Amino acid sequence: MDKNSKIENPAEPLIFERSSAGRVGVEPPCLDVPDIDDASFPQGLLRSDIEGFPEIGEPETVRHFTRLSQLNFGVDTGFYPLGSCTMKYNPKINETTAALAGFAGLHPYQDESLSQGALELISELEEYLVEITGMDAVTLQPAAGAQGELCGMLMIAEYFKEKGETRKKVLIPDTAHGTNPATCHLAGFDVVRVQTGQGGVITPACVEGLMDEDVAALMLTNPNTLGLFEENIKEIADIIHAKGGIVYCDGANLNAVMGLMKLGDMGIDVVQLNLHKTFSTPHGGGGPGSGPLAVKGILEPYLPVPRVVKKGDKYSLDYNKGKSIGRLKAFYGHFSIMVRAYTYIRRMGPVGLRSVSELAILNANYIKERLREDFHLPYDRTCMHECVLSDKFQNEYDVTTLDMAKRLIDYGYHPPTIYFPLIVHGAMMIEPTETEDLLTIDSFIDAMRSIAREARETPALVKGAPYSTKTSRVDETRAARTPILRWIEQ
Amino acid sequence: MDFPQDLKYTKEHEWVKEEGGSVVIGVTDYAQDSLGDIVYVELPSEGADVTKDEPFGVVESVKAVSDLYSPVSGTVLEVNDSIVDSPEVINDEPYGDAWMLKIELAEPSELDGLLSVEEYKNYIEEES
Amino acid sequence: MSILGQPYLPHTSEEIEHICKTIGVKSVEELLQVFPEELRLTGALDLPGGLSEQEVLGLLTELASKNTSQNDISSFLGAGAYNHYIPAAVGNITSRSEFITSYTPYQPEISQGTLQGIFEYQSLICQLTAMDVANASLYDGASAMAEAALMARRVTRRGKVLVSSAVHPEYRETTATYLKGTDESPVEVGYCANSGVTLFEEVEKNFDDDTACLVVQYPNFFGGIEDIQALAELVHSKKGLLVVVVSEGLSMGALRPAGELGADIVVGEAQSFGSPLSYGGPYLGFMGVRQKHLRQMPGRVAGQTLDTNGRRSYCLTMATREQHIRRERATSNICTNQGVVALTCAIYLTLLGKGGLMRLARLNMAKAAFLKEQLAKVAGIKIAFTAPNFNEFVIKLETDPKVFLKALLEKDIAGGLDLGRFYPELKKHILVVATEMNSRAEMEAYAAAAAELLKT
Repeated sequence: MDKNSKIENPAEPLIFERSSAGRVGVEPPCLDVPDIDDASFPQGLLRSDIEGFPEIGEPETVRHFTRLSQLNFGVDTGFYPLGSCTMKYNPKINETTAALAGFAGLHPYQDESLSQGALELISELEEYLVEITGMDAVTLQPAAGAQGELCGMLMIAEYFKEKGETRKKVLIPDTAHGTNPATCHLAGFDVVRVQTGQGGVITPACVEGLMDEDVAALMLTNPNTLGLFEENIKEIADIIHAKGGIVYCDGANLNAVMGLMKLGDMGIDVVQLNLHKTFSTPHGGGGPGSGPLAVKGILEPYLPVPRVVKKGDKYSLDYNKGKSIGRLKAFYGHFSIMVRAYTYIRRMGPVGLRSVSELAILNANYIKERLREDFHLPYDRTCMHECVLSDKFQNEYDVTTLDMAKRLIDYGYHPPTIYFPLIVHGAMMIEPTETEDLLTIDSFIDAMRSIAREARETPALVKGAPYSTKTSRVDETRAARTPILRWIEQ
Repeated sequence: MDFPQDLKYTKEHEWVKEEGGSVVIGVTDYAQDSLGDIVYVELPSEGADVTKDEPFGVVESVKAVSDLYSPVSGTVLEVNDSIVDSPEVINDEPYGDAWMLKIELAEPSELDGLLSVEEYKNYIEEES
Repeated sequence: MSILGQPYLPHTSEEIEHICKTIGVKSVEELLQVFPEELRLTGALDLPGGLSEQEVLGLLTELASKNTSQNDISSFLGAGAYNHYIPAAVGNITSRSEFITSYTPYQPEISQGTLQGIFEYQSLICQLTAMDVANASLYDGASAMAEAALMARRVTRRGKVLVSSAVHPEYRETTATYLKGTDESPVEVGYCANSGVTLFEEVEKNFDDDTACLVVQYPNFFGGIEDIQALAELVHSKKGLLVVVVSEGLSMGALRPAGELGADIVVGEAQSFGSPLSYGGPYLGFMGVRQKHLRQMPGRVAGQTLDTNGRRSYCLTMATREQHIRRERATSNICTNQGVVALTCAIYLTLLGKGGLMRLARLNMAKAAFLKEQLAKVAGIKIAFTAPNFNEFVIKLETDPKVFLKALLEKDIAGGLDLGRFYPELKKHILVVATEMNSRAEMEAYAAAAAELLKT
């Protein structure tokens, strides 16, 4: 194409800019009852306008949002090795089952006799998760992983309160997700940092040194965010338990151990799961998720209400509070996400679920092995479902992890998680998941090696990336210095 | 990186300039460089009391937050509001226009414990 | 291992062999030696065996058929979850996998669709609430209220949270749970037995120097429209904040926005904007705040900026408030929020547009007014409260509502919510809603059936 014939593609207008006063969108049905009499309401109660609200109509609305979708990259677009996020393929059958009228059309307060199928599904999903984690009971109420964490930490607080103990501290490894310390603070605890040992895992000696009768819990992620299995977990759990503490596990990385091990056998007392990671429900550009919490018997009385109970062949909701911490949201949780996860588990079965973890581990180790010459490996050991590299070699050419992440976009891949965990300078955390075949993974490896070569030979090329996207590198500093957080009529 | 001779420094990467019974403070070139583009600053109001080694404010870049620790104890005489409006000045002129507070010293002897420019340079080298 | 034929696992045995060889192990089992032996499972999980896609659809269809959808009966149930019509275009756009299968937009260059969608959603929420800034979403109305109470405590540096008992009971319980990490429990103020709105005098009496905020619902749980302006003036005179909760988002299309009436934080539930009932979730918590409190606002926020070519673009911003940067000092622990539900809301609102939304809201008011009038004529039913309503109101029977509601259900009518389960003093009361989904004939049939049942 002649360069001059290229037309500059303008930025997609905002819906507010596409609006024309008086244009009508989707119309409500005709009024089959008398209209309200404005005069019968106190003055100033009714609204006369919604300033700036869009008036577009259906055809242009559909086009606008369709074009927006085309500016996005999803798992269905390509390989998405975002570490710690488990961006596996989202089976389409999940969407079909969640949309069944007998699920999507249920009101949370409708008579229980009209919701027996829904309650049965919740009850069975709880049982499946009990089996997978090796715990004693599960609540599906938490809306996402962070709310599951809050649920667990509040239950731990309640447990000690009941025992008449005032433990204020929670031990958290320095590789933890930010939600862990934020949750502990929200639940009223103080955070004590556990330093990761030489091998990339926490050591019993370190935990021993920090553990005392003021520590309520150890909150760890296993496998941890370096993609390594905390091999001393049993011994560490014993240290915590010996002084009366609780072991909390962030289950974000369950995809590495499903069917291979049970968290309950490791001495873990409470774990939150992320249905939107391990159990294939889509991430939706940041949600909705679902963060069920699984606990051992000692914590069961503190689970949020209502609980689903089965009497004979009838299911019902039990609101009896007892020692429960109460509730974390209205109603019972993200039900349509539960339907998707239930569908996935029934589809996979026990053999399938175990294979998931095996292949997730295989894929990650393969990537690690094939990239070891081109990228620095801060912890050179067998990894779990993800591996962590760094930009140490590329820093020599003034190329950073951020540059390489952006360059990867040009090769057609979503970048890995970058600059996390915090203890690895310039971290790139790669989680391929089990749903990627060898060809995809080999092509990704080729792209990474090619970028490593570009970093050596033509660093400026990498630093200017991405080139292939409609939007070039975005000025995040400008966004933060003078925040523009909404459209305002000029 | 630039570290003026006539200033004193702290391990929290602040600089201190003596002006009679009061001091002017800010953050060092090293601090602004490690934070990256600074997007937000929070400073105390005039008349507030600050305590040595206690946080008195916050600087933020896009992806990091740092507490500002007071190098001395005393009362805030003046606040540089212009850097609150234009935090990028801290990146451009850490020792000049980006001064943060003028503080009336409560304990002038605290100045003796601050680092000289050589001591500070050595400290940074050890750190990195 | 026998992975061949397992769903969504594309590896062939040759590929697995190749991978193992490259890693330097003979088999997967060898690789798994990194796990301590005593922890490794020897047997399979005790779960039902895997099913084909066709079988799993059959199974789930059967489970779904044990339920009754609200659209298969005449339903007058609301109370925080509303049955509204969802235009066809909503599902059509939100099911696009570029939206559904992407993650939180941490890489703005390939997430402009999600980011611009959030920016538009934030702008729409600001317009609806008449507030300065909105976040990218919170889990639901209940947790949004809890976050608002915590935010008010940070802004005012005061501890006590005053909550009207005419706020949704499950929202109040949620706030109580979220406050467990502090030394405070929410303090409740009562409602007027006659009008059904928050008692002004009780607020005045209980709002002291340590009170951070008053939380009221608008319209409240009984459907009554609170006097937000008067409450705002009172609360501001005591240097506290007024938090307004909206559980029926559609009401914002008809009622003066809380931001115009002096609210300091407006939160609520936007399920009404395009999300199915789905047995209670996922729904959509929204939050609008004043510019001056922006840095205390929890949750993600998208901002407008430029790319290196000077084109308008968007990214997540002000992240230093959030858990992944500020860790234990973050404004909240929220990470994953309601992503595609917020996008759904933006699409729904854009499709209806100003005219459509305002007309729909007004239509809901007219339907409820009609139903209220019909039920008021039934012997044995009284309208419980005098305050004006949006689309919900409370009726009072002379008998036990359980028997009444059960009998209605046999005629395929879900007559409303028995309030006795939440309010011991309202043992004969039922909360009723009417929306555009209820035809005149349906409402007349409800009144007729009620008259028949309550005949003495």
